[in-house]
Amino acid sequence: MPSLEIRDLFVALAATPDKPIVKGLNLTIRTGEVHAIMGPNGTGKSTLSKAIAGHPDYVITSGDVILDGKSILEMEPDERARAGLFLAFQYPSEIPGVSIANFLRAAVQARLAEGEELDATAYYKRLYSKMDMLKIDRKFTSRSVNEGFSGGEKKRCEILQMAMLEPTFALMDETDSGLDIDALRIVAEGVEAMRGDKLGVLLITHYQRLLDYIVPDFVHVMYDGRIVKSGDKTLALELEAKGYDWVKQELAATTA
Amino acid sequence: MKPPTDLLAAPVLDVPADDASAVENPTVGIDQSAGDFTYDVKYEFDAGNGLSEDVIRYISSVKKEADWILEFRLKAYQTFLAKPMPTHWATKDLENIDFNKIRYYLSQGTKPKRTWDEVPDDIKRTFERLGIPEQERKFLAGVEAQFDSEAAYSNVKDIVAKQGVIFCNSTEALREHPELFRKWFGKVIPTGDNKFSALNSAVFSGGSFIYVPKGVKVAMPLQAYFRINAENFGQFERTLIIADEGAEVTYMEGCTAPKFSTSTLHSAVVELVALKGAKIQYITVQNWANNVFNLVTKRAIAMEDAEVKWIDCNIGSRLTMKYPGVILKGKRARGEVISIALANDGQHQDTGAKMIHAADDTTSVIVAKSISVGQGRSTYRGVVHIPKHLKGCKNNTECDALLINSNSRTDTYPAIVVRGDTHAVQHEASVSKVSEDMIFYMQQRGLTEAQAMSLAVNGFVNDLVRQFPMEYSVELKRLIDLEMEGSVG
Ligand SMILES: Nc1ncnc2c1ncn2[C@@H]1O[C@H](COP(=O)(O)OP(=O)(O)OP(=O)(O)O)[C@@H](O)[C@H]1O
Ligand SMILES: [Mg+2]
Repeated sequence: MPSLEIRDLFVALAATPDKPIVKGLNLTIRTGEVHAIMGPNGTGKSTLSKAIAGHPDYVITSGDVILDGKSILEMEPDERARAGLFLAFQYPSEIPGVSIANFLRAAVQARLAEGEELDATAYYKRLYSKMDMLKIDRKFTSRSVNEGFSGGEKKRCEILQMAMLEPTFALMDETDSGLDIDALRIVAEGVEAMRGDKLGVLLITHYQRLLDYIVPDFVHVMYDGRIVKSGDKTLALELEAKGYDWVKQELAATTA
Repeated sequence: MKPPTDLLAAPVLDVPADDASAVENPTVGIDQSAGDFTYDVKYEFDAGNGLSEDVIRYISSVKKEADWILEFRLKAYQTFLAKPMPTHWATKDLENIDFNKIRYYLSQGTKPKRTWDEVPDDIKRTFERLGIPEQERKFLAGVEAQFDSEAAYSNVKDIVAKQGVIFCNSTEALREHPELFRKWFGKVIPTGDNKFSALNSAVFSGGSFIYVPKGVKVAMPLQAYFRINAENFGQFERTLIIADEGAEVTYMEGCTAPKFSTSTLHSAVVELVALKGAKIQYITVQNWANNVFNLVTKRAIAMEDAEVKWIDCNIGSRLTMKYPGVILKGKRARGEVISIALANDGQHQDTGAKMIHAADDTTSVIVAKSISVGQGRSTYRGVVHIPKHLKGCKNNTECDALLINSNSRTDTYPAIVVRGDTHAVQHEASVSKVSEDMIFYMQQRGLTEAQAMSLAVNGFVNDLVRQFPMEYSVELKRLIDLEMEGSVG
C-alpha cells in the first residue's frame, strides 16, 4: 500500500537554516487514510506542507520524506507532483492570462507519456463533470487561474485541480477557510467523493466543522514544529471545546 | 570580387558538391522546427566582403537595373557614409558591426522559381525543413521565399492573381512594374531617415512588392520568408506594399538564420501604402539567431479612412531596433502597433512604435508587451505626435513589461507630444514579475520550470495573441516554449 512517510523532519527558511520551524516531525500517511492536523497559528503547518512539496523558500536540514519507499527530497517540485503529490495551497497564486482550462490541460498533459497526446474531447468532458460536482460555473474554464477570484472561489478551484489530477497524496492546507457554509459542504463532499483506498489525505484545519463532513481517521495536534498529540476524531472535538492551552499544559507537564 | 561580367558565368564560392548523406545528416538530433541549421550552397553571384561603390555597381548590374536605380543607390551610399551611428541614444553594441566584413550580395540568380520543383535542391531542402511549402498549401494566398539576397521561390495562387494582385520581389517589381514601384518607393521612408535605411537604400535586394487593386480583398494571407544561410552575410530586403482604395491584405513574414559564431546583419526597409479606405495588416514573427543585428525601418502611410495594423513579434536576434510607424495622413485614418518582444540572455530588444498624426480625427493605438529573461534587456521606445492644428485625434498607448528573474532590465521611453486640446490621449505602463511562488504553484501541478515560465509568458501576451491568425499564434507559442526551455539550466 502506498505511503507518505515524514521522518524526523527539520525544516527552516533557506535564508536562516539554523532556525528550524518544523522541529523533528514524524508522521506516516497511507492511502485510504485521512489525517487531520490542527494547531495554533504559526506552528509550522504550512511550512511543513510546502517543504514536502519542494518550495524553494525552505530547506530540509535533516530527516526525510519518503513516498512509496523512495526519498523525494532530491526531486524537483514538478517531479514530486507527477509522482502523485498534491498541495492545495492556503494562498493559491494567480496566473494572469492563463485560463483554468488551459492550465489544467497542460498539467494533465504533463502526466502523459512522451509523445502521447491528450484527448481534448474526453478532457473537457471530465473537466465539466468535476466542475458540476463542485458546483463551479462553466464560465470559470475561460477565466485566468485564481485571478480576481474570491477567497472561496480560489479554494474551490484548488479542489477542482485535485479532482482532475487525481493525486495519491493530497496535502490540503486550510481548504475550508474562506468558504461559506454551502461551499464548505460542497467542497467537503467533493473530497469525500475522492476519498478511497487510492488516496491519502493530510488535512490542515483550524475548525471542527470541516471534520463533521470529512471525518478523519486520525487527528494530530501540531505545536512548535512538532506533533505533540495524536488521537482519533474525538481529539478534534476535545480541542474545539478546550482550546490549545490544555495541550500546552499537558506538554509542559510531560517535558518538565 | 570579380567584375560582374565574369561572374555571370562562373561561381565564385568554391564549395564541394553535396553528397547524398549531407541531405539526411543535419536533421539528426536537432530540433527540426528550429532554424539553427545550415547547408552548403553554391552561390553564382557574390559581391565579396565589404562595401564600396563597386559593390553597389555590381549588385545593380547583376540585377540589370535601370540607371535611375543605380543613381538612387549611389546617392544613398553617400548618405550612409555621412550619417553617424545613433549611439548617442541607442546601444553602443551597434559599434560592433563591422561593415567591412559583411557580404552584401549572395545569390543563385535573380529569377525566382514558380514551383518548388524548380527550386534547386540545396535551397529547397532548407525551406522544406522550415515547413514553408506545407504552410503554403494549407493556408496562404502566396509565398515568397528569400534565400540570402534573392527570392528562390515566389508564387501567388491563381485565384489571387486573377484579381489583379501583384506579389513579387523588389527585383522583379523594378523590372516589370516600374511605374507603380517608383511612385511610392522611398516616399514613406526617405533614404536619409536613419543610417540603416540609407544602407538598405544603397544595397537593397529582395523583399516583397505587393499591389492590391481597388476594392480587392485578399482573403488569405500573403507570406514572405526570409532566410539567411551564409556566414557574415547582410540581408537588406526592401518591401513595398500598396493597397489601393478599399483594398484589404494581410502579409506575414517569418525569418530564421543559423547560429554562426560571427555576427550577421539584417537591415530591411518596409514601406506600406494604404490608400483611401484600404486595410493592411502586417505580421512579423522575428526569430533570428542570437548573433543577428536586426535593424529594420518599417513605416506606413494611411490615407483617408485607411487602417494599418503592425503586429510585430521579436523573439530572436542579438539586437533588434525596430519601431514600426504609421503616418496618419488622411482623415479618420487608423494606425495600430501591437508589439511583443522577448529578450533572453545576451539579447536586447529595442522596439516600439511611431505614430504621426497628420489629419483630423485620426486614431492610433500602441500595445507593447516585453518580456525580459535572465540578463535579457527590453526597451520600449515610442513616439506619438499630434500637432496643434489638428482636431479630434486619439491615441492609446499601453506598455507592459514582464520580468523573469531580478537581473532583467526594462526601460520605457514613451515620447508623447500632443498639442491642441481636442485630443484624447491615454498612456498606461506596468511592470510585473513572474514570482517564485507563481512558478512553484505551477510546478506543484506537474509542469516543469520551463513549462511554467513559458505558460506565464504566454499568459502575459495572451490577450494580444488571441487577435493573431491561428497559425501565427501557434508559431509564437512554440517559439516562446523553445526560448523558455533554453533559459532554465
Ligand atoms: N517564507 C517565509 N518567510 C518568513 N517567515 C516564514 C516564512 N514561512 C514561514 N515563516 C514563519 O514560520 C512560522 C510558521 O509559519 P507557517 O505558515 O508554517 O504557520 P502555520 O502553522 O501554517 O500558521 P497558520 O495557522 O496561521 O496558517 C511563522 O512564524 C512564519 O512567520
Ligand atoms: Mg498555514
